[in-house]
Amino acid sequence: MEINILTICYLIGSVTFILGLKMLSHPESARKGNLTAAAGMGIAILGTIFLYREDGLKLGNYVWIFSGLFIGSVAGTMAAKKVKMTAMPEMVSLFNGMGGACAALISIVEFGHISHNIESASSVTLLIIFAGLIIGTISFAGSMVAWAKLNGRIKDYSFNGQHIVNLVIFAVIIVASAYYVITLQAGLEFIFYGVLGLSLIYGLFFVLPIGGADMPVVISLLNSFTGVAAAFGGFLYNNPVMLTGGILVGSAGTILTILMCKAMNRPLSNVLIGSFGNSQKSGGGASAEQSNFKEISVTDSAVVMSYSQKVIIVPGYGLAVAQAQHVCHELEKVLSDKGVEVTYAIHPVAGRMPGHMNVLLAEADVDYAKLQEMEQANEQFASTDVVLILGANDVVNPAAKTDPSSPIYGMPVLDVELAKLVIVNKRSMKPGYAGIENELFSQPKTSMLFGDAKDVLQKLIAEIKNQ
Amino acid sequence: MEQLLDWFTIHQQMTYIVILSIFLGIEVIGRVPSVLHTPLMSGANAIHGVVVIGAIIVMGKAEPDNFPALIIGFLAVVLGTLNVVGGFVVTDRMLEMFKSKK
Repeated sequence: MEINILTICYLIGSVTFILGLKMLSHPESARKGNLTAAAGMGIAILGTIFLYREDGLKLGNYVWIFSGLFIGSVAGTMAAKKVKMTAMPEMVSLFNGMGGACAALISIVEFGHISHNIESASSVTLLIIFAGLIIGTISFAGSMVAWAKLNGRIKDYSFNGQHIVNLVIFAVIIVASAYYVITLQAGLEFIFYGVLGLSLIYGLFFVLPIGGADMPVVISLLNSFTGVAAAFGGFLYNNPVMLTGGILVGSAGTILTILMCKAMNRPLSNVLIGSFGNSQKSGGGASAEQSNFKEISVTDSAVVMSYSQKVIIVPGYGLAVAQAQHVCHELEKVLSDKGVEVTYAIHPVAGRMPGHMNVLLAEADVDYAKLQEMEQANEQFASTDVVLILGANDVVNPAAKTDPSSPIYGMPVLDVELAKLVIVNKRSMKPGYAGIENELFSQPKTSMLFGDAKDVLQKLIAEIKNQ
Repeated sequence: MEQLLDWFTIHQQMTYIVILSIFLGIEVIGRVPSVLHTPLMSGANAIHGVVVIGAIIVMGKAEPDNFPALIIGFLAVVLGTLNVVGGFVVTDRMLEMFKSKK
């Protein structure tokens, strides 16, 4: 009887995962979708704890299990509640790494169970254990690097021939695992632990050279890796929820990765091998600060903005860092009161993640109807008086259209240079995340307005009110 | 090789689940607006936390005196729970900001 109830719990779990993902892909139902999946997850977990049977035996060690669940829940909730909106991407990466590590640890314990009697074990079981270990470990190591990179704790790093080294490491992992799985010889435990170490190194080397601007794509990819690792756990325990949940995330994550790449108009291979941020620094003297630009004062900016018909605001990571979304919304209201038409142009990959800007502006109660996607906005720029760029850089860089040697060449960008006047708010002339110069800043129609986005916006609002 | 083929025959159902889930995952995501890419990724991230079920099974099966298994299993349960709970809470926080306002 109890085992039948467990079957139903698992069925509910699987169905809620599918429904949850489905609902998450529509704005109106997204939040409910997330809660649905969470409820299903709860049912599946509780069902496992109380109803799971193996060879007629119940699970034991309840104290350990519950204290683990308790610690994980408290720490997870606190971390997730406390994290700032700007740091969300890092958080997702961190949690993803935890999942990968969990899958790898399961493989380690299961290997411990069969290793002393390896000759009588099944090759397929060992194969599944190896697969869970390798994928889980790579996902863990990679996610940690992605987390640290978004955090600014580590910088892009690569050496000559890194791709070859990576390939060699990967080949060694595969060959060594295959040898062990096929021969099942006793005394080869070191291969298992060697593969564990190599997978860690591979995960590090895999993500280290990829530029920070591409981290969202990498996190999404690692997310689908962890999904696959979870699915191998499903094979190991003949567990249908782990299988459906894992595979669903694996395939949905892969598609999502591809969609994100499409938003940047670059093939995935380019992201993984091209190493965005630290390529040959083409486009001329990227590390040096640009010197050829003109500044505009807050007062002047306030004047031109309040006497224009149409203003488009282009938010970027700088807005997120300065937590200036609320002030930005206020500026929009002040200008609207003066009869200026204000909209926002949102580049799909502005900020550190796709949708990052939408989330931020939504937090500040900005009306949805005022957010324009890139294609819409690009039709508007020619008839716009002032474009105000708040801490965005690479997404407005015209080099993406004109300079084939630029690392971001081919990425669709906002055509801000079509507007009559472009005001760029930045903290300094330092290049953006991709580390390349932006010729927009030295164009005659562009003026720079230096300072922290929040300060500058507050001063702007005060000035506009005085007009 | 034969072992592998045998395995597929024995686990036919699972093989079918895998194949169908792959297509389902692709279909379900199909036409998501780019606004929702981040929350969707975060939600999917929480869902692969199902791996915690494996960790619970490992933990529950370990003999009470097998300390390496207990400790590693315990760690796995903690990390898996972090993934699940943290993942869902972060996603909810992101989506909270999307609530419709008039």
